[in-house]
Amino acid sequence: MAISKEQVEHVARLARLSLTDEEVRLYTGQLNDILQFAEKLNELDTEGVEPTSHVLPMANVLRADEKRPSLNREQALLNAPDQKDGMFRVPDVFEE
Amino acid sequence: MSLLKKSLKEIHNGWKNGDFTASDLLDASLKRIRETDGNLRAFLQVDEAGARRRAQALDQRSGEKGPLVGIPMGIKDNISTEGVATTAGSKILEGYTPLYHATVMDRLEQAGANLVGKMNMDEFGMGSSNENSGFHETHNPWDPERVPGGSSGGSAAAVAAGQVSFALGSDTGGSIRQPAAFCGVVGLKPTYGRVSRFGLIAFASSLDQIGPLTRNVEDAAYVLQAMAGHDPLDSTSADVEVPDYVSALTGNVKGIKAAVPKELMGDGIDSGVKDRVNQALEVLEDLGAVVEEVSLPHVEYAVATYYLLAPAEASSNLARYDGVRFGQRAAGENLIDMFSRTRSAGFGEEVKRRIMLGTYALSSGYYDAYYKKAQQVRTLIRRDFESIFDRYDVVVGPTTPTTAFKLGEKTKDPLTMYLNDICTIPVSLAGLPAVSVPCGLSDGLPVGLQIVGRPFAEAQVLQVAHAYEQHGERLPEPKLGGDTQ
Repeated sequence: MAISKEQVEHVARLARLSLTDEEVRLYTGQLNDILQFAEKLNELDTEGVEPTSHVLPMANVLRADEKRPSLNREQALLNAPDQKDGMFRVPDVFEE
Repeated sequence: MSLLKKSLKEIHNGWKNGDFTASDLLDASLKRIRETDGNLRAFLQVDEAGARRRAQALDQRSGEKGPLVGIPMGIKDNISTEGVATTAGSKILEGYTPLYHATVMDRLEQAGANLVGKMNMDEFGMGSSNENSGFHETHNPWDPERVPGGSSGGSAAAVAAGQVSFALGSDTGGSIRQPAAFCGVVGLKPTYGRVSRFGLIAFASSLDQIGPLTRNVEDAAYVLQAMAGHDPLDSTSADVEVPDYVSALTGNVKGIKAAVPKELMGDGIDSGVKDRVNQALEVLEDLGAVVEEVSLPHVEYAVATYYLLAPAEASSNLARYDGVRFGQRAAGENLIDMFSRTRSAGFGEEVKRRIMLGTYALSSGYYDAYYKKAQQVRTLIRRDFESIFDRYDVVVGPTTPTTAFKLGEKTKDPLTMYLNDICTIPVSLAGLPAVSVPCGLSDGLPVGLQIVGRPFAEAQVLQVAHAYEQHGERLPEPKLGGDTQ
């Protein structure tokens, strides 16, 4: 087994997903299948091979730091699930 | 014949002659949608009122008339449309209305194309069948028991059924080409960087590209022409000159060297698909192209590579769905609890699976073994293509290993579904342009011929596809969406 039930639960916490027991069981099995399939890559010797993160030969695309129009506060809040006094409102961040 | 089954050039000529207006074209589209979409379910939303307004404005518009004026188009629902709800097929974005257009929308509206509605898709582009849509399934116009492919399945089905003249899709590992093949239409994935991704809801940012699904190759050239080119709003869009794509469609492929990778014509490919592809290769040879077998030794590693890299990028991109600034929110006891409940309720099973896989592949202790290893194999796959393109102009083969499969056939086992992308994924990892063009039927279902080119050689890819289309097998009309009397 490449990945245990405990690891699946840990990864779910990292990813901010609360999984049911049923989902944990399902994903443990399926992630193992997929990771086992991915083991195939170990057949290849990649020593010294440069990793590809991006196919285009470009880096550090810069532009002039100039003022441009952007969304105003009212527009930025239009899709908010909850808002108050011109701000996004969220549940408590700190415990009492 | 329905107006929308004509080519863009034919429609444009009729429009110039005053045979019909933008409003007539819209009427034809809406009529077709009413007739067929109850069965197909290609649309997530039809913006009838907006489309009507735009058609009337287009009918008033004077001056330069380009080939897309008044043309009804469908837009995949992961492409932002100002004022028109955009969900990327996900419940988590239900109710979200973008405040701006994607750059491709700006450019197509500038060219006069008319948005009819938003097309169904696998949630965030994660799927090959449209069965992962958070809303409903879409059916294949050739056989309603079969999938249209994915993730741009709604776009492909709508074009095949003549609901719209063309549609936009997005392609991360095959999501334009595979549904195009399954539905018997043309689907073009441009070179990574050819078309701006600004306003495209991100899945895997090093792979995502927007492209057209059309009824013929010339239409794809017209739509690409309107969209291609550098965009200051997308720093990964390439500052490379945009040629005249339509004038590249000469019908001549004499002396063009086409490589056929033996790995993509092997045991994993259905014999009916292979027969049609071999027949298409003969057509190209008859036209004077040189067709030779080659080897891409690392393509067999492409699916494993992709299913580490794409979920890794997705897990990062999808971190933004937290219920704070847009989309759905589930109640929680505190902030973290709200995040987790929102994401668990809003994402579907496949999206959660890929977030889990990607988070794991990027997590401390596993990064080198999975993510970095996959990036290195990606380099080897790119090199395979580079060495082929030293000697050949295009790489040709099947778009998919099988024709459209049945709804429910592959939903149990994610790996089986992933392996359906075996022919398209290597091309995505290399960032190359590729088109799928219909090359006949196998057991009554369409087969796609994939033509891959060098970076930014869309013109050549289209040239070969167009030459084949002129001389190869023509498809009949699909059952659903065939002309009803």
